[in-house]
Amino acid sequence: MAAARGKTQRRRTATHESFLRHGRFLFLRAALILCAAAITAYILQKPIPRPSGGTALGYVLGTIGALLIVWLALLGIRKRAITAGHYSLKAWVSAHVYLGLSLIVVATLHTGFQFGWNVHTLAYGLMLLVIVSGAIGVWAYATLPRTLSDNRGETTRKQMLAQIASLDEQILEAAQPLSRQNADIVRLSLEETDLGGGFWRRLLARYGDCANGQALSKIGGALRGASGPEAVALAKVEDLMQRKAEALALARRQMHITAMLEAWLFVHVPATFALLAALTAHIVSVFLYW
Amino acid sequence: MSEVVRIAIVGSGPSGLSAAAHAAAKGLSHVLLEKTDHLSDTIFRYQKGKHVMATPSQLVLRSDCDFAAGKRETILKQWNEDAAKAGVNVRYNSEVKAITGAKGDFTLTLANNDTVRAENVVLAIGTQGNPNLMRCEGAPLPHVQYQLDDPAEYIDEHIFVFGGGDAGIENALGLCADQAQGNVVTLVNRSADFARAKDANVKGIMQARDTGRMTILTETTPSLIETGWITVETPQGTARHKCDRIIARMGSNPPRKFVEAAGIAFTSDAPSAFPQLSPTFEGTAPGIYVIGALAGYPLIKHCMNQGHDVVEYICGATDLKPADEPILEAKLAHLPGKLSVADWLEFLRSRVEILYGLSSLQMREFLLDSEVKAFRKGEVIFERNGVGSSLFGIAQGSVLVEVDPKDPKITVPIPAGSIFGEVGLISGRRRGATIRAGEDCIVVEIPRTGALKLMAQVAEARETVNRITTERQILQIFKSGLTPADLAEVLPEAQTMEVKAGQPIMSEGDEGDDLFIIRSGSMIVEKMVGGKNVFLSYVPAGSYSGEMALLDGGRRTATVKAAIRSQVVRLPGEPFRRLLEKKPALLKRMREEVASRRKVNAFVEEQKDSFGGVVDMYSSVASFLIDQGLGEATDVLLIDESLCVGCDNCEKACADSHEGLSRLNREAGKTYAQIHVPTSCRHCEHPYCMTDCPPNAIQRGPDGEVFISDACIGCGNCQRNCPYDVIQMDKPPPEKPGLMAWMLFGMGPGPGEPDKAWREKQPKAKVEKGKVAIKCDMCIGKAGGPACVRACPTGAAIRVSPEEFLSVALLERG
Ligand SMILES: Cc1cc2nc3c(=O)[nH]c(=O)nc-3n(C[C@H](O)[C@H](O)[C@H](O)COP(=O)(O)OP(=O)(O)OC[C@H]3O[C@@H](n4cnc5c(N)ncnc54)[C@H](O)[C@@H]3O)c2cc1C
Ligand code: HEM
Ligand code: SF4
Ligand code: SF4
Ligand code: SF4
Repeated sequence: MAAARGKTQRRRTATHESFLRHGRFLFLRAALILCAAAITAYILQKPIPRPSGGTALGYVLGTIGALLIVWLALLGIRKRAITAGHYSLKAWVSAHVYLGLSLIVVATLHTGFQFGWNVHTLAYGLMLLVIVSGAIGVWAYATLPRTLSDNRGETTRKQMLAQIASLDEQILEAAQPLSRQNADIVRLSLEETDLGGGFWRRLLARYGDCANGQALSKIGGALRGASGPEAVALAKVEDLMQRKAEALALARRQMHITAMLEAWLFVHVPATFALLAALTAHIVSVFLYW
Repeated sequence: MSEVVRIAIVGSGPSGLSAAAHAAAKGLSHVLLEKTDHLSDTIFRYQKGKHVMATPSQLVLRSDCDFAAGKRETILKQWNEDAAKAGVNVRYNSEVKAITGAKGDFTLTLANNDTVRAENVVLAIGTQGNPNLMRCEGAPLPHVQYQLDDPAEYIDEHIFVFGGGDAGIENALGLCADQAQGNVVTLVNRSADFARAKDANVKGIMQARDTGRMTILTETTPSLIETGWITVETPQGTARHKCDRIIARMGSNPPRKFVEAAGIAFTSDAPSAFPQLSPTFEGTAPGIYVIGALAGYPLIKHCMNQGHDVVEYICGATDLKPADEPILEAKLAHLPGKLSVADWLEFLRSRVEILYGLSSLQMREFLLDSEVKAFRKGEVIFERNGVGSSLFGIAQGSVLVEVDPKDPKITVPIPAGSIFGEVGLISGRRRGATIRAGEDCIVVEIPRTGALKLMAQVAEARETVNRITTERQILQIFKSGLTPADLAEVLPEAQTMEVKAGQPIMSEGDEGDDLFIIRSGSMIVEKMVGGKNVFLSYVPAGSYSGEMALLDGGRRTATVKAAIRSQVVRLPGEPFRRLLEKKPALLKRMREEVASRRKVNAFVEEQKDSFGGVVDMYSSVASFLIDQGLGEATDVLLIDESLCVGCDNCEKACADSHEGLSRLNREAGKTYAQIHVPTSCRHCEHPYCMTDCPPNAIQRGPDGEVFISDACIGCGNCQRNCPYDVIQMDKPPPEKPGLMAWMLFGMGPGPGEPDKAWREKQPKAKVEKGKVAIKCDMCIGKAGGPACVRACPTGAAIRVSPEEFLSVALLERG
């Protein structure tokens, strides 16, 4: 039995440190050094005829930048390829963020501040778009998790859905004695309520037209005019719908925060693909028109 | 009935049936008495379609009935045919209530007061026992049942479930899980709370109640059962409800009393004890034989082989080679000196002190679980800080313990006959020292479960292990060159105590200078600061407490209480102080320890003055984590929810590194102050899941991971035994297309656990696999370590051990 042989050498522990602070800001320091080196070289160089991508330094910075971009894009694969060896996605993301930001300096100096309406500047623009969206992502990652956690407490997504489904069933049961007209209001809540909706709806959290909400106010109206057993049943339905409204609000808030945590990726990732295409065009055209 | 049969066999499970079939084949007069109206009730009651496994695979089957892995239905059908073909004389509906008489003429009294007479009796009644029955009027009605096979079977019924244990709760939850079934479920409990049930289950029913899926009646008892109706007594008075079906899960009565009444003694009072048996399965009452699960052999193959063998023994066979012979032969083949199996058994038994009390049957069984190993002089047997909880016995040669981590030359010998590795056995923690072979030696390595079984069965073994462990543990904790001779004065007064969770071993302000050694479990140290109880520190097993008052006099400065059920050794202060006077090195060492503990205390107190809130938080987070089982954990996954973005990459990584099934439910579990303890294995120091696993499939790996091997037969015991609800029963989904195929062409379900819909669409595998137990194995064998932690993009997922985490680090987190 291997048990008797003593501890294996595999890595088990990860320090309790966020991706931004990883390794005591190891990659922030690396990125700052990279930027400082690029700026110093830029100031010291004697470019002929003037600073541009075509100078020696321009080539160096361009190569660094292109390689960085390709490596940054590989995060999408690293994140999903669960290999058995040691790696830390947190370290990758940490490096991604800081080295990605350093591109602003590296790539800008690479251009030598020559912009125009061409594929080169398009690539630069796309890169900035990716970086800006990434920065928004970092802001989201740094601020939203607490809200996400506080909102759900210890309730899981599955439980949230189960809760709503179960309330629906109770509403149906409670609505049995209702008149035809009032039953239609209940049907509105049961059949027309749209939990999350599309991405935009979730992101903007616009649920003013929620069918359950409408039904709830109509039931309120019906209750005022009702009496006897109908009123008793209506009151019960109203109470259940109120609880459903609360359950819906909880689930929707959760979806809203999740959407905010993801929204920037819908720019970041497609723009990455566009950037890779533009970058390829940029490099090919530079070498073709040499 | 006055005819006396040669053999009466009680119970028609695999063991009893196999015995009867062999008796029939040999033409012996016999009768097979079965309580129910079908053969093999335990297997009959498995879930429909359950895949039954035939382990251990190396063991040959020696029976007149056939058995191979397959569906429950196939196996039961096979056995019915085999029984008929062999001409087995079965009497159904014949529960044996009492056995009287002596060898040659026993009288077995049945439930209906019929009697059967026999020369020999074979008890093969398994361990299921009898369910406790409903006692009120109407209880015999057919809609009262004591088991629930398939909750999906019932629709639109009013169902009452009686019993507040896990079995009842799980049945009730199963019945109301699918709303479409339209069942109206009521759970009835005699007491006010559900103290015996798992936390997750209690939460489950409370939620089911709050969402209106279930009604719960507590402090309620049934008084009348009628077709379609039930009357119950509630604290509010009598109530009559509609009721189409009653499921009573009020526990069961183990068969021990019945067996003892027949004159068979058990090895000890422990609930886990087995009957005392001879090598031919004969109990302490001559003529009564015990086989199968009741004899301590729960695997079907063992049961069937024993059925065959016991009949041979009754017929006087003496030279029968047990069916496990080839396994033992293979096990011992690599050893020097070509002895036969029997000679090896005797060699070990007569040389290793803790094995002295074993019978040869017990010796065989014992060796099936254990390993015999030969080491050359100087070879390392295990290393300091290695994980392992097995116990070693030295049959030949001697070993050397490297007591000083800095200088491997300083060693203490352990002679032949003695044991080592016992500290891991008691506390489940890492090895405290490296052990080398002092000369060429032969040792037997006993896995923890085997060693515990041994200690439960053989009193001498228990005493020997306890004596040696206490002494060694003390030597190990204090190190400083102490020898057993130094402890001569201290040990006789040492006292081993069991402490319940939450019970203090010392209280702040008390007099007392005794020293406590934590043998198993763990302690938390608390102190009143500014009128509040503040958590100071965590003391794991293999450490000590109470040293401050011992060294410096005065009252206890803090309260020390058990985090979980623990065992401590109390060493009286007086003799220990004399020891300290003689051993300045030890005194110095303890003074250093005291100084560092003081520093921690002072730090916490100082923080309390300036940042009271921070310390309160630290204190409450620590007690939250202890409540979540950290006190008995060795390695836990925590999620810092202030960092978690909910991407579920941890779950996906888990699924992708384990045949497509995630062993982690990130969202489920408790949260406190943004620290979330997801539903995932804690790798307990003393895993509850291990306690009752028929094939011994749950083991500890080299890094302390508790994992389930391929030997699992899917019985579900571990799932029920784990208090943290982290084991699921499932079968791996079909293989999915690779990552690139998904990324580039959208093939397959993508990373993570495939959803049900996709799983169902895949073509069925040719050989259908059964459901097995699935849980976190800490990514055993993967160089990178646990995938969940590696795959978390933000650093929210961390794995911690309690000693590391329940420390000042937590306080400094701020
Ligand atoms: C869910 C589950 C799954 C399992 N899966 C497997 C597996 O895949 N592979 C495997 O090898 N093992 C498995 N096991 C273990 C195995 O089923 C049992 O250990 C085995 O059946 C024990 O056999 P037995 O003959 O000793 O007793 P049992 O099979 O328990 O049979 C005892 C019989 O005695 C009868 N009886 C009891 N009392 C009396 C009485 N007083 N008078 C008359 N009759 C009486 C009972 O009705 C019963 O028919 C599983 C166990 C469980 C619970
Ligand atoms: C040109 C530069 C960049 C490229 C090509 C790039 C590309 C990518 C890609 C492909 C992903 C993977 C998305 C996924 O599959 O889920 C990603 C993730 C991410 N990027 Fe960038 N990125 C760049 C710059 C940046 C910058 C500058 C930042 C921050 C300031 C940033 C922050 C992030 C973050 C936080 C993630 C999410 C990590 C995760 O959740 O796994 N990126 N990026
Ligand atoms: S991988 Fe990390 S951030 Fe993602 S869900 Fe798991 S713990 Fe949260
Ligand atoms: S499965 Fe349960 S009992 Fe077993 S080690 Fe894990 S948490 Fe402990
Ligand atoms: S691992 Fe669990 S399910 Fe599998 S055989 Fe052991 S106790 Fe039964």
